[in-house]
Amino acid sequence: MNTSQTPVASASGSRAGMKKELPEHFRSYKHVWVFIEFEHGRIHPVSLELLGEGRKLADQLGVELAGVLLGSGDHGLDEATGSCFAYGADLVYLVDHPVLAQYRNQPYTKVMTELVLKYQPEIMLLGATVLGRDLAGSVATTLKTGLTADCTELAIDDERSLAATRPTFGGSLLCTIHTLNYRPQMATIRPRVMAMPKPEEGRQGRVVSYTPDLDEDDIVTKVLSFLPDDASEASGLAFADIVVAGGMGLRSEENIQLVRKLASVLGGDWGGSRPLVQKGWIGADRQIGQTGKTIRPKLYIAAGISGAIQHRVGVEGADMIVAINTDSNAPIFDFAHLGVVADAVTLLPLLTEAFRQRLLVNRLAG
Amino acid sequence: MRIFVCIKQVPDSAQIRVHPVTNTIMRQGVPTIINPYDLFGLEEALRLRDSFGGTVTVLTMGPPMASESLRKALGYGADRGLLLTDRFFAGSDTLATSYALSRLIEKAAEEQGMPQIVFCGKQTIDGDTAQVGPGIAQRLGLSQLTYVSAIDEIDPDKGTITVRRRADHGVQVLTSRLPAMITMLEGSNQIRRGTQSDVLRAAQAKVTQWNAAAVGITDLSLCGLRGSPTVVKRVFAPAARSEKAEMIPAGGGGSATATALIDAIFKRQPALEEDLISAAGGY
Ligand SMILES: Cc1cc2nc3c(=O)[nH]c(=O)nc-3n(C[C@H](O)[C@H](O)[C@H](O)COP(=O)(O)OP(=O)(O)OC[C@H]3O[C@@H](n4cnc5c(N)ncnc54)[C@H](O)[C@@H]3O)c2cc1C
Ligand SMILES: Cc1cc2nc3c(=O)[nH]c(=O)nc-3n(C[C@H](O)[C@H](O)[C@H](O)COP(=O)(O)OP(=O)(O)OC[C@H]3O[C@@H](n4cnc5c(N)ncnc54)[C@H](O)[C@@H]3O)c2cc1C
Repeated sequence: MNTSQTPVASASGSRAGMKKELPEHFRSYKHVWVFIEFEHGRIHPVSLELLGEGRKLADQLGVELAGVLLGSGDHGLDEATGSCFAYGADLVYLVDHPVLAQYRNQPYTKVMTELVLKYQPEIMLLGATVLGRDLAGSVATTLKTGLTADCTELAIDDERSLAATRPTFGGSLLCTIHTLNYRPQMATIRPRVMAMPKPEEGRQGRVVSYTPDLDEDDIVTKVLSFLPDDASEASGLAFADIVVAGGMGLRSEENIQLVRKLASVLGGDWGGSRPLVQKGWIGADRQIGQTGKTIRPKLYIAAGISGAIQHRVGVEGADMIVAINTDSNAPIFDFAHLGVVADAVTLLPLLTEAFRQRLLVNRLAG
Repeated sequence: MRIFVCIKQVPDSAQIRVHPVTNTIMRQGVPTIINPYDLFGLEEALRLRDSFGGTVTVLTMGPPMASESLRKALGYGADRGLLLTDRFFAGSDTLATSYALSRLIEKAAEEQGMPQIVFCGKQTIDGDTAQVGPGIAQRLGLSQLTYVSAIDEIDPDKGTITVRRRADHGVQVLTSRLPAMITMLEGSNQIRRGTQSDVLRAAQAKVTQWNAAAVGITDLSLCGLRGSPTVVKRVFAPAARSEKAEMIPAGGGGSATATALIDAIFKRQPALEEDLISAAGGY
């Protein structure tokens, strides 16, 4: 039934062994596309991260990388096109139409579907954001192709097929999903999972303009207004250079402050594992992991966190992971760089004090 | 109003264990629940029925035991439960799932009339793709309103709706036309306790069961494994980093451990120490 994709047994069963031929009419599908999420005059960072990742896939396949940019002329499309080239696109499909000024599912689905049918990409990547998830499902359904959600790793296999890896639920497993006999192969990827590439200013590319047949009268959904968020308190977490986080090993809500104090001494930000959110100890915007924030700090300190796969995929981009856990067999020690088997509730205050002293002494000396 | 609510029966993730040796998911004995995100849609549907009258029908595709989750939904106050079950649906990915569910919705609409709203959960806690709702909307030509935090206004006669939708950097206020597929955001409401009579009714209710043929599915190549473009090729445990974590000995008192840990951090990342010292201007 609908859950039979889950057990390991089924994956090694009939489905995995199936070697499907790509039907003739899909063989002309070439090139890697990244949907450029462009709202309120700016590109969502995840689209630039995906251009970096898409560049690698395109080079490996020996094909071109295209950014697909939809919007309306007076809102900074030129600058956005330039950014696509700087971040690695060979060409940009540019669709400039007043109906596309703000994202709405219906016209965006129509245009994306038309572009795919006309220009035939083999791979299409989108950010797993609110917008990307809203759009990807509609486009994949219209095209009747496969869509792999929330991937954490992309690769090209020996048969030129996209191998999209994502966590499976409830534990410590990953699965690799392919779309063998449909095109394009579609995937969404969460923000901050892929590294931000270095832009190459002045890098040039081709612009392919497409004029869609759109009429505002046909669009059933209208945007009445947009109420921007106040800069959220935790909005810096995803971008912090140093992050300290706590898990169930902290044992009580009061002990969250031990994490916050260490983060504050280090000038970093703080967060926690999902059970802390579920218990109401921390806000949902502080959750780190697959269904929370993905972080890529220089230093990540995890206190009393077991290191379940859903947590791991959100922190693996950190330059250095330090784990404090009482259980020497905790999975977090499989991917941490430094570990201490100790009680976090005792060690955190000592660590905070030792850091404070060390930074103080060095500052006086310097 | 006529409202359909799609619910999925999922394993209670809090109770899932992975076999330490074989890495397989141990499902035996794991209790199942209604996907928690679906309850926000169900409650919203019940509230609309409270205000406008009408019926709330819950639908699911799954094995015969998925009728339990329908009965649970009846206990919260839903009027009718429909189960689509057939071995041909085994191994469905989201494309095949949205196909089967849209046939189920059309079949139910033949009997009851087209719903003004189809609620889906924002995502499930097992597959967690958030793709089935948009798939259904696309197949049935419903207005797609995802991540809705509140329904501000609805006029079933005129067929108009105004909602608040959580976008990336703020809230969009949208108007649209019914029929619509809506996914409600978590926290937008809280599922009610069913009344005594609902609970009693649910215990005795017969859930309608249809197979593929009953909902008019003739082309089985659109169902289950055959109808699923995605193929799970490999399930595996993540590799440990090739280099094991360097363990700082915890003996010798906590302060010594803290100092040793800091030494090790800065030994590996000297630049970090410089950054920190220059940033720690406050001291
Ligand atoms: C669909 C789905 C999505 C999910 N998304 C996320 C997500 O985004 N983020 C996330 O974090 N989780 C997520 N989870 C949950 C995840 O599977 C784990 O359950 C969760 O990460 C465990 O949190 P934890 O490590 O804090 O708690 P536990 O698993 O309870 O681990 C506590 C750890 O603390 C250690 N410990 C105990 N006492 C002490 C002490 N005194 N000092 C030091 N260590 C101690 C224990 O040895 C243990 O390793 C998700 C799950 C599902 C099914
Ligand atoms: C670990 C894992 C990973 C997977 N990855 C993918 C993937 O990347 N791509 C892919 O196409 N498939 C994937 N699948 C298969 C997918 O989970 C199934 O197709 C499943 O039937 C529906 O997807 P979902 O659980 O993600 O639902 P979602 O799309 O997250 O569900 C959204 C809403 O749709 C409704 N709904 C979903 N299923 C049903 C149902 N059976 N009955 C009634 N209402 C329902 C509910 O209201 C639900 O809240 C994966 C499955 C697993 C277990």
